[in-house]
Amino acid sequence: MHVNLRVWRQAGPKAEGHFEDYAVDEVSPDMSFLELFDVLNEQLLADGVEPVAFDHDCREGICGSCSMMINGQAHGPERGTATCQLHMRKFEDGAHITVEPWRARSFPIVKDLAVDRGALDRIVEAGGYITVRTGSAPEANLTPIPKEVADWAMDAAACIGCGACVAACPNGAAQLFTAAKVSHLNLLPQGQSERYERVANMVDTMEEYFGSCTLHRECEAACPKEISIDFIAMMNRDYVKAQFKNRRLIAQK
Amino acid sequence: MTIQEVSTASQKAGADDADRLVKDTGAPVPVKKRSGGPWPVHFWRSAVGKKWVMAVTGIMLLGFVLVHMIGNLKIYLGPGEINDYGEWLRRILVPALPRTVFLWILRGGLIAAFFFHIAAAYQLTRMNHAARPVKYQGGRNYVAADFASRTMRWTGIIIGLFLIYHLADFTWGTLNPDFVRGDPYGNMVHSFDKWYIAAIYIVANLALGLHIFHGAWAMFNSLGLNNPAYNRARRYFAIGFAALITIGNVSIPIAVLTGAVS
Ligand code: SF4
Ligand code: FES
Repeated sequence: MHVNLRVWRQAGPKAEGHFEDYAVDEVSPDMSFLELFDVLNEQLLADGVEPVAFDHDCREGICGSCSMMINGQAHGPERGTATCQLHMRKFEDGAHITVEPWRARSFPIVKDLAVDRGALDRIVEAGGYITVRTGSAPEANLTPIPKEVADWAMDAAACIGCGACVAACPNGAAQLFTAAKVSHLNLLPQGQSERYERVANMVDTMEEYFGSCTLHRECEAACPKEISIDFIAMMNRDYVKAQFKNRRLIAQK
Repeated sequence: MTIQEVSTASQKAGADDADRLVKDTGAPVPVKKRSGGPWPVHFWRSAVGKKWVMAVTGIMLLGFVLVHMIGNLKIYLGPGEINDYGEWLRRILVPALPRTVFLWILRGGLIAAFFFHIAAAYQLTRMNHAARPVKYQGGRNYVAADFASRTMRWTGIIIGLFLIYHLADFTWGTLNPDFVRGDPYGNMVHSFDKWYIAAIYIVANLALGLHIFHGAWAMFNSLGLNNPAYNRARRYFAIGFAALITIGNVSIPIAVLTGAVS
C-alpha cells in the first residue's frame, strides 16, 4: 500500500504549526496506524528530518496514550478503537490522510501530535477515587452487587482517559470522560459515602478547563471504549441532587 | 550522516525540547473560575446547572408553543371561535382576578423562561468557544452530530428575532398597518395574505421545528432522566412534537395563501 500523509508539525507549545506532506510507500495493510508512523519516522530519520512526535504506549487499546485526529475524526474512522488499534486496511491504497493533534484550550500541544492531557488528571484528583484503606483484596462476596449494576459500572470503568471525547466534541467538553470517572464509583456501594461530594467536585473542576455539553453525541461515537452518554445523564442527575442533598442523610435510602 | 548520528542528534534535541516544555506548558491553566457560592448561585454558575435551567425553561416553552398552536388552529373554526378564545384568555380566573391579570402572570413566567433560556445559551456558547480557541486546521468529519444539533444557535437566533417581529405584528400591531386589537382572525388573514409575511412565518416555524427536534430530545439528558427502557421513545417524542408544532403552525399561512381561510 501507499499512503499520502498530511501531518501537523509544530516545534513546541508556543511555535507556529503547519501541515507537512509525506508519502509513505510499502505500507502493509496489517500495520496499525501507529506502525505507519514508525515507518514514517524511520524514513524521516534516514532523510535527516526530525521525526514526528506522537503519544503511544501499550499499542493495544488499554493505556489511552495514543491520540490522533485522523481525517477529522478522533482515533480515525473505525468505531470503538483507539488509534493503535486502527489498521491500515481500513484505508484505500493511495489514500490521503490528514493527521493533527487533539485540539482544546486545556490540551496544549507539546510537540507535533503530542498534547498535554494533564487537565483530565486534575478532574480525577478532584474525586475519582474512594477513600478507603487499601490492603489485601476483601472477600469478593462480602458486598453483593446486582449483575446489571456491576456490568454497567464496568462499562464506565472501561474509560482509558484518552481524551478523544474532548477532541471530538464540537464544544471541547469533557463530559463523557468525567461522567465515566464519576459513574463507575457512584454506581457501586463502595462509592456511596462520597457520592455527592465526588460529583460536585469533579464537575466543578471539569468546568474550569473544558466546554459544556450540547448533546451532539460526537464523544460517544469517537470513544474507543464506546462509553454511553447515558453516563452523562447520570452525572447530571447526581450533580443536581448534590446541590440539594442533605449529606448527613446519605446513608438513608 | 548515518542514521545513527541523526537519531542521536534528534534524541538530544528532543530531550532538550522536553525540558523546555515542562516550563512552557506546565500544568494546564483553568479557563473559567471555579463555580461556588450559595446553592442557587453555585448551580447557575455551573454549566451543568445552566443546562438544567435550559431544559426546565425549555419544557415551559414547549408547553407554551403547544398551547399556542392549539389556539391558532381555532382559525379553522371561523372568526367567532378564535376571537372568543382570545377574549377568554384575557378573562381566565375572572372574577377571582381582574381581567388580563392571570394572562399577565402567564406572560411573566414566559418572559422569565425566555430570559433564562437565552442567557444560559449565550453564556454556554461563550464557554464552549473558549474551550477550543484554535479550530481543527484539517477540518472535521462529524459522525453523530446532526444538522439540528449543530444549528441550535442559529435556529435559536432566528426564533428570537421572529418572536420580536411576531409580537410587533400581532400583539403590539406596530409593524402591521391593518392591525385591529381583539380580532386575531382578521389580523392573521391580512398578514398572511402577503406572501412575504407568510414566508417569514413559514421559515421561522421550520427553524422552530429543528430547534424542538434537538431540544425535546436533549432535555432528558440535561435533566438526567435517561433510562434504557425509554431512551428510544425520547427520539420519537422529539420527532412527534417537532412535526406536530411545525405542521400545525405552517398550515395556517398556507391555508390563507391558498385561500382555504379568508
Ligand atoms: S470516555 Fe472514551 S473517549 Fe473519553 S477519555 Fe474515556 S475512553 Fe477516551
Ligand atoms: S497506545 Fe495505548 S491505547 Fe493506544
